[in-house]
This record gives sequence, C-alpha cells and structure tokens, in this order.
Amino acid sequence: MARSAANGDALLEVRGLTKVFGTLKANDSLDLSIGKGEIHALLGENGAGKSTLVKMLYGSLQPTAGEILWKGKAVSVTSPSFARSLGIGMVFQHFSLFESLTVADNIVLSLGPGHSIEQVARDAERLSQEYGLPLHASTHIGDLSVGERQRVEIVRCLLQDPELIILDEPTSVLTPQEADNLFVTLNRLRDEGRSILYISHRLEEVKAMCDRATILRHGKVVGECDPRKETAASLASMMVGSEVAEVQRETREDKTGEILLEVRDASLPPATPFSIGLKTINMAVRAGEVVGIAGVAGNGQGELFDLVSGEVASTKNAVFLRGQEVGNLGINDRRKMGAAFVPEERLGHGAVPGMTLTDNLLLARHASDAVALQRFGRIGWVWEEMVDKATKRICEEMDVRKSAENPAASALSGGNLQKFIMGRELDRQPSVLVVNQPTWGVDAGAASRIRQALIDLAASGSAVLMISQDLDEIFEVADRILVMHDGTIAEAGKAGDVTREKIGLLMGGAHTERDPEETSMEADHAH
Amino acid sequence: MRIEVSRRQMPSRLFAYLSPVIALALTILLGAIVFMALGKDPVQALYSYFIEPLTETWSLHELLIKATPLILIAVGLSVCYLSNNWNIGAEGQFLMGAVAGSAIPVLLPEFQNYLVLPLMLILAMAGGAAYAAIPAFLKSRFNTNEILTSLMLVYVAQLFVDWLVRGPWRNPQGFSFPGTITFNDFALLPEMFPASGRANIGILFALVAAVLVWLMIRRTLKGFEVRVLGQNPRAGRFAGFSSAKMTFFAFLLSGALAGLAGIIEVAGAVQHLNEKLSVGYGFAAIIVVFLGRLNPLGAVVAGLVLALTYLGGEAAQISLQISDKSARVFQGMLLFLVLACDTLINYRIRFIAGQPSASAEGN
Repeated sequence: MARSAANGDALLEVRGLTKVFGTLKANDSLDLSIGKGEIHALLGENGAGKSTLVKMLYGSLQPTAGEILWKGKAVSVTSPSFARSLGIGMVFQHFSLFESLTVADNIVLSLGPGHSIEQVARDAERLSQEYGLPLHASTHIGDLSVGERQRVEIVRCLLQDPELIILDEPTSVLTPQEADNLFVTLNRLRDEGRSILYISHRLEEVKAMCDRATILRHGKVVGECDPRKETAASLASMMVGSEVAEVQRETREDKTGEILLEVRDASLPPATPFSIGLKTINMAVRAGEVVGIAGVAGNGQGELFDLVSGEVASTKNAVFLRGQEVGNLGINDRRKMGAAFVPEERLGHGAVPGMTLTDNLLLARHASDAVALQRFGRIGWVWEEMVDKATKRICEEMDVRKSAENPAASALSGGNLQKFIMGRELDRQPSVLVVNQPTWGVDAGAASRIRQALIDLAASGSAVLMISQDLDEIFEVADRILVMHDGTIAEAGKAGDVTREKIGLLMGGAHTERDPEETSMEADHAH
Repeated sequence: MRIEVSRRQMPSRLFAYLSPVIALALTILLGAIVFMALGKDPVQALYSYFIEPLTETWSLHELLIKATPLILIAVGLSVCYLSNNWNIGAEGQFLMGAVAGSAIPVLLPEFQNYLVLPLMLILAMAGGAAYAAIPAFLKSRFNTNEILTSLMLVYVAQLFVDWLVRGPWRNPQGFSFPGTITFNDFALLPEMFPASGRANIGILFALVAAVLVWLMIRRTLKGFEVRVLGQNPRAGRFAGFSSAKMTFFAFLLSGALAGLAGIIEVAGAVQHLNEKLSVGYGFAAIIVVFLGRLNPLGAVVAGLVLALTYLGGEAAQISLQISDKSARVFQGMLLFLVLACDTLINYRIRFIAGQPSASAEGN
C-alpha cells in the first residue's frame, strides 16, 4: 500500500461511514482515504454501494453514522453546493444538461446567480483549450455527441476549481479513442495536484490509470490495493468474492447456416428532433451465429432494436424472419414466428417495475405461449398455475435470487432481473434472439452466465443479434462484428480478425467519410 | 426553511387499505366543524345526515336507487383510470345513454312488449359508449387531452337533454312542464320488493357488472393489458399491446356502463326523461372510484357511502333547514381527503431549516 489512511497528507478521509435505508445497510462502516494528487479507483459490482458512498461525499445523501474529514477536519456535507464550496466536483454518469440550450447557458445555470454569460463562455473556452477538451460555448447541447457532452460536464466541474473530482463511470459512454483522450486529461489534472475519485467496473482502465483502488462488496470495503500490481482477474475476484467463470466456446468458424434474420434497406425518420433516425440499414444473421453490434450509446441502437422487434412498424420488406417479410407485423406476430427480444431497459421496457415476476412473464409470452398459459379456450383467461410453474422453472434455470416467492420486478437486483428476463426468452428456445445491452449494469457473475447462455443458444442453431456498448463483451461473445454510427451500420469483420482500433474508428464515424457509392455497393454486396 | 416532498421507500400496505376509512373519519370530523360554524348541533346534524337514513326501510330502498348509478359508473371508470385514461365525462355519457334508451318509449309509445326493456338497455349502452368514443377518438388520433374533451362534452349533453325535453320530446299533455311522457309499463324496470319501497333490479346490474369487471381485471389477459398500459405504456408496447386501442376499450366500456346507469335511473326511479336528470352521479362516481381503491368491488362499498351523502343531504334539508347542496361539500371533502391520505402514504413531507440548495443538481 502506497499510503495508509493514517497518513497526514490525505485530502479526504472517511471513517466508519454508514448509510442505512430501511433495513438495508447500503454502506457499512466504510473507511477510505484519498491522497492529494492521486487517481483513486472505487471498484465494485452494481449494488455494492459505490453510488451511495459518492452521494454522501457530494452531499446529496446524509450519512447515518461515521464522519467525513476534509483536509483533516471533520465536515458535514449538507448539500452539493456546500460540497462544491469545499472543492469537491462531480461528473455524473447521466448528464444533467438541457439539450435545447447552449454550452454556456448550461454552465451559467449550474453556477447560480451573479455570473455573466459572456464571462462564463470565455472562461469555459479557455479551460477547454487548456485541458484538451475542445468546446464552443455557443453550440447547442442537442448538436453534441455524448463524448462532447461529457466534456461540458467536466469543464463545468473544472470552472469551480475543485481539488477533488468525482467521476462516475465516465468511459461507459465513450469510444476507445474518446476514452484515451479523457485519460490524457485526467493525468494532467493529477499532475496539477488535483485528486480524482474514479468509479468504474472496467478493470483494464483502472489498472492502466489509477494509483490506488478501494474495492467495495455488499456495502463493505473488502480490499485496498495498487491496481497496477494486480491482474484484471484478481481485481475481478475481489469485486465478486469468488472466481468468475470464463465463457466457454468452441472455436470460431465461418457460419454458413441459413439466414434467419435480415434487415434490408431499412430507414426510419428520427422520432424527435434530438434523436437519431436509421439510414439504409442492411444486415443479416445466420443460424448458429452471434452477430455483435458495437457503437457508442445513442447512435441508433435503440431504434434498430425497435425496428427488428416490431415495436415500431416499418415497410413490409424491410425486415425478414426466416425468409418471410415481417416488416409490417407487430411484435407478437414476430414472437409467434420464433423470435425473442430483450430490450436495453429492464425496468420500464422489458419489465413493469411494480408488477410481480409472474405478471412480467406474461408480459412477453402471453401471445407466443397462448396455449400453455391460457385456459378455457380463447377467452383470455390466465392460467395462473402454469404461469407460476414457468416462472419457477425460469428462476431455477437461471439461478434468479429473490427475497420473496413472487416479488415485484423492481425488488430484484439488476443482475437477477436481467437473468430473469433472459431466462424468460431462452425458456422458449427462440430461433432468433435480439438482445440490446445484455449485461448492462449486471454483476460479473450474472454477466458471464448470460453471455454463456447467448453462446449456447447460437450453438444450438439459433441466430443471435447482440447490441452492446461493451467491446470486451462483443469480442467475447460475437462471431461477427458490426458497428453503428449515426444511424448507419458498417461491417467490421469477424471477431477473430478485427482489431479494436478499427472498431474504434468505425464507432467514431470513419466510414461515413468514404465515397457514398462505395458504401451503397457494399450494401448491395451484403445480400 | 424549505419543504421537501420525497417518495417513501416502503409505503405502508396497511395504511393504503385504511386510507379511505381515515378519509371518511376526517370528513365526518370536518363536517362537524362545518355544522358548528353554521350554528347547528354537530352531533344531531351528523346523526340526521349519516345515521337516520339507515334506520328506515324505505330510505334503504332509496340508498340502493342512488348507489346503483354510482356503482355502475365507477366500475367503468376504474377500468379507465387503471389504464391511465382520464374519463371525467361520465355525467355526459350517463345523460346520452338515458336519451338513447328513452328513444323507444318516447318515439314508439305503441311498441309495448317484453322486448322493450332489453332493447332500451342495449340502446342506452350503445349511446353512452358512442358519446365516450368522441374523446377516445380525439385522444388516440390527435393526442387531445381527454380530461378536457370529456369534461366539455358533459355540458353539451346537459344542454342537449334540456333542449329535447323542452322541445321535440316534450309531453303534449304535460302542462308545458319540461319532460317526456311517462314510460309505459313494459319500459319500466321491475321493482324488487314493491311492498316496502321502490328499489328496482338496477342494483343487480351494478353488482353483476362489478363482479364481472373485477374478474376481468384480476384474471384475464384483457385486465392484464389494462394494468400494464396504465402503469407502463412502453412495456405495454413491448408486450404487443396498443395504447390507442386501450383508450377506445376503456372509454367504450365506461361509456356503456354510464349509459346503462342513465337508463336505469330514467326507467327506474324517475319513469320519464326530464331536465333534472343530471344531479352529478357521473362526477360523484369519480370519488367512488378513488374511495374504492380503483377496485370494482371496492366501488360497491364506496358507492353505498356516497349514496348516503346524497340521502343525508336531502334529510338535512328537511330536518336542519340547510341546503341539500351540503352533500356536495361532503363529497368534495371526501375526495380531497382520500387523495391527501394517499399522497401522505406514498410521500414523506419534511420541513428542513436552512438555505435552499442550488437549483441545478445532478441528482
């Protein structure tokens, strides 16, 4: 250990910090110290208590017990504005920016009264130049990419001249190249003597950049280490508490099965002024194949999912399932043809938060399994015993851990709910599975189980289309990789051949600068 | 100092069920204060308002007559509100149902046989449903706010009924009083116990409707669809359900039940269509829905409670010499208090001393 908590040069120290929600101890007597000029990683699975800790440091939650020492003095951080006045800044994972306003407007709004827009715009542009985060103060947020929006958040934070900057999963929305730029900026901030608390579950990143790491599990500190001296596997096992199973797969070979899912020349206009449309999408997934779609969030992945699932209607010959035109069919008609869908958002799309698991089973399967789950003929009477039975079977099969016999979906942890939702579809043995962000915010154990299930499904002869922002996941699971950027799709190549650099370039939109004719020829070629 | 309203982590289930009871108790307490302010003895006033109507057989009959439309309408509205369709215009659908059903005895007075009553009931349901289809169409097609359109259509219906009974449908032998001819016997609902009072079989329709709709919501896929689309339209779309179709379903169902209530009122207690038909059952039924916890069986109990406020208002007019509009005061207080109880069960209000924090926080 480079520095111990007792060291006098700690900028921020936390002693015995505890936060209790009802009967749940979200943080249980945490100790942590962050030295001056260090990048300190906070590692942990979802639900380990990282967010709770950070919210207490930033004043948006008050601790139940314990104390926070700032430069050696006990402080009570009563509000985020007080945290900022101390010198603590925070960049949230989910941005809080008004899309219809400019960069300068957004920054002024957060500073409170008494600042002129012109002055703030000048300061912001100067800072953004200094730290290699190019920004124009007069651009509207709606016109910026996700990476650029993050710059706005960082510059907004830097304007307060913070001594400690908290970054919550900053790279989850960035391309590899954008992430590299961020690391340069962070190193520079460290060299100036600022401290950074870096929350992430990307172990490689933490190993490459952080000076020290504190690992949380179930609300407790389970370890502190120098991440550079650890391996990704050793960090992961500290996070999870046991070894994470590696995904097992047969060697990758060219898949020549029948095309089960195909999208031909599909276009969709943007649904709102700030969303993305689809531009002449062409792609196909064969039996036995996992096709991964990489891309930075918000480049049309959600829209593609809606198009393939049938939640948004398109023209008849835009989507094909097992060779049949289904573009004009609804989601249940496609399910009846053997397709299954797992959307990105678990709560509020794939499941109704306030409804029980049995109800949520019915949500996706009432039409495709009408015979098994309904009784008394066609009057729509729900056969509750059968729904209960199927729910139990899925929970056992996928090892869904729950606190009650049939809890509400919102009572399950992210990983367990995702296992349930995946299990709900796998239980049907679909011939085509379309899944968006299969392991988003899911703990490592559940993630490896879900990835294995995707590989096994493809091995049994189904076609799997997996949209993911996690490149590691795509390389682990997919046979072939496509990249989405700005509503278009580009073929990157076979997972065994293609490099991360190439994918990164495509994610940044490299292919759009090519000759348009060449692109359309490629599209024809894909048929 | 600032006031913070935050969602409770675990709202108490017990209090969620107790909420209507607490609201009722508070209403009675506030009612006592109102009576005191009016210079009446609160104990005696409350007795004649809430107890006396229950002590005599004939007024129990009246209670059922008043509860019938309230329950019928509320059962339909509970489906609307569960599916997130805010039909506020049941009063108008009630009136239009009454008009449609009355068309047979008024326009075809010679047509007299056992088919008349069933046809009237069917026509009334069709009329109420057709009138409810207007806001449903406007909502699903033009995204119009159904609260406004359904409410405004109430006034249209009220004026339409008024014009009908003063103009084309007026009884020629009615000494120029507004109102249609008295219906013939085949067009009247049979009374259940003619010896003791005038309660008719309408209450049976209300009870059957409540049980059927309860079964639908609890046990069938359609009811599941209602609940899913009401809670989470996005997940509903994932399930392959259509919000637009649900809007029509909910409005047509509640319109049909309100229309049925309308004809039961006309062919039961009143025996002809007149300009005084609109006494606000369609609005009071909204209170019944919330007091009954959006549950059709709960609406039966809540409908009886609300019916009591109508009876009490009439009794208070006689024994206390206060306007029977005092019933509206009680109904208003009841709705306000039940919603207030629900809010306090789901949210915590804290008074925090000190500076308000800056406005634009991330979380």
